[in-house]
Amino acid sequence: MASSQTWLFRPFQERSTQIFLGVLFSALVLVTFLHLFMPQDSALHVSAYTVTLLGKYLCYALLAVAVDLVWGYLGILSLGHGAFFALGGYAMGMYLMRQIGDRGTYGDPLLPDFMVFLNWQELPWYWLGFDMAWFAFIMVLLAPGLLALVFGFLAFRSRVTGVYLSIITQALTFALMLAFFRNEMGFGGNNGLTDFRDILGFNLRSDATRLGLFIATGVALAIGYVICRGIVTSKLGRVSIACRDAEARTRFLGYRVERVQLFVFVVSAMLAGVAGALYVPQVGIINPSEFSPLFSIEIVVWVALGGRATLYGAVIGAILVNYAKTVFTGVMPDAWLFALGALFVLTTVFLPKGIAGLLQKDRKASATDDAPAAQEATA
Amino acid sequence: MSMFEQLTNRERVFEFLEPAQSPVDVRHGPILYMEDVNVSFDGFHAINNLNLTIDDGELRCIIGPNGAGKTTMMDIITGKTRPDNGSVWFGSRHNLLTMNEPEIASLGIGRKFQKPTVFEALTVFENLELAMATNKGIWPTLTAILKPEHRDRIGEVLETIKLEPLSNKPAGILSHGQKQWLEIGMLLMQKPRLLLVDEPVAGMTEQEMERTAELLTSLAGKQSVVVVEHDMGFVRSIARKVTVLHQGSVLAEGTMDQVSNDPEVIKVYLGEEA
Repeated sequence: MASSQTWLFRPFQERSTQIFLGVLFSALVLVTFLHLFMPQDSALHVSAYTVTLLGKYLCYALLAVAVDLVWGYLGILSLGHGAFFALGGYAMGMYLMRQIGDRGTYGDPLLPDFMVFLNWQELPWYWLGFDMAWFAFIMVLLAPGLLALVFGFLAFRSRVTGVYLSIITQALTFALMLAFFRNEMGFGGNNGLTDFRDILGFNLRSDATRLGLFIATGVALAIGYVICRGIVTSKLGRVSIACRDAEARTRFLGYRVERVQLFVFVVSAMLAGVAGALYVPQVGIINPSEFSPLFSIEIVVWVALGGRATLYGAVIGAILVNYAKTVFTGVMPDAWLFALGALFVLTTVFLPKGIAGLLQKDRKASATDDAPAAQEATA
Repeated sequence: MSMFEQLTNRERVFEFLEPAQSPVDVRHGPILYMEDVNVSFDGFHAINNLNLTIDDGELRCIIGPNGAGKTTMMDIITGKTRPDNGSVWFGSRHNLLTMNEPEIASLGIGRKFQKPTVFEALTVFENLELAMATNKGIWPTLTAILKPEHRDRIGEVLETIKLEPLSNKPAGILSHGQKQWLEIGMLLMQKPRLLLVDEPVAGMTEQEMERTAELLTSLAGKQSVVVVEHDMGFVRSIARKVTVLHQGSVLAEGTMDQVSNDPEVIKVYLGEEA
């Protein structure tokens, strides 16, 4: 078996993946260079603040890729992917909390500040082990993965699809938000987890660590992209599309549709978890607002704007919308949600295939023009 | 041989170790055998003492007015409907009445429904690839590599259904007739022994009908094909043997000429059209 034929290496032969990885790594190198070697007062200098902001965009981009995998290729519109993102974030946050040690406000060597404040005497059992990085990093994958496995198993086995599934995912993230708001849960209530100091022994407030996190996020995005691309270019990816377009027919061919859905859903949830885990040290806080249904809907808007079922479209959409958000909330904070809504409406009406659709237009013009005509003829 | 020797004999294959699915036994001729089958829905006798035998490699057309029980008959063969009594055998070894739908499908009975359903976003080639009889688990599907023999098999079917030039085009751009052929091709990928085809030429142009006739006659011999069709001209063009169903039982059987000259048939069926 030639290694170039295996599913994970197949994407490297694709032009779109080569371009994507090329652009991503050039951007990483460029930002690193401009940050380290340009003098502070130069117009070309990229500040540590900007580096972290870009890192945040890359986290969102990875999250958008995860959503596009299930929405674009499997036809499952998840309005609750923020839950997996937040769970990954909380796993990372718990590790970072334990790293604070006795440097917290109350100086307790074991208990995080909020537990001391609540008069807790000992660490809850589910906080054990999070002082070890390897354990925490496994939990970053495992916690969202398990939730997706249980939720997906129940939902897909009962053949819940379409708008009903979307509503249930929305309810899932909302329920988790309410749960995490409670102090008794032991995740810091509405304040969440914050006041982090170190990650793997590096000071989180130093510029070098911030740059390192930015690069790590870029690499994670590249790996996540290649994994997703590997799945969608494999036969399993074609089966996913078959499930999306004609579920009953796929079942008739002998594929276990619910297992395909479950597998892809769990992979997507884990990628969302990784995105959340990289997001937390860069923004310095994780609180239950990441579970809010509004955030999950926003992710879907990024993907729709960038273009479904392309993966790179999701990345473009996530970065563009969040850049617009940064600019907009600086200039007129109250108008952002209206702008986002307008953006979504305009995309749906004028750019049904998103920005990626514009890029593809020239290449696939003949094929897409024929399709609707042929469908009308048979209708 | 003593009991001990029998048990320790390495060549011996115990019954429970034999593959659950033994090959279809057609040594006695018929691939499908239905005897005295009855089905009634709330007192309405959809199938009435139906007796039908299809030989291996045969191409059989089944005609009959609406409500004659054609679709119910297909439902019984594929396991969708259970008859009240009677027996249905696939070859002389497999009792279809004890098996469920997926078991019957994997035994080699493929059914094409009236309305074609293909995966429009995928290419013609990919549609056939997905239909191929292989391990359909998650991991084998993810790591699947298209081997040369798979490619050959797909090429063979593409040739049979005459869609080679459109191999890399999305199935969504195909015409209605081409979609029907693609779906027959998807059935062929599963290497069925018996193909049940429900009204293949509904909504086709004259030319498409001719090519469908060609396709179905070329399949006969390799596979057994049962075609249910309304269009008499089409049936005349392909059929060697025709069975006329009426009120759930066989009214007449024979060549098209014999059947169309049968006074009973003319009365219940052809008479209405003439």
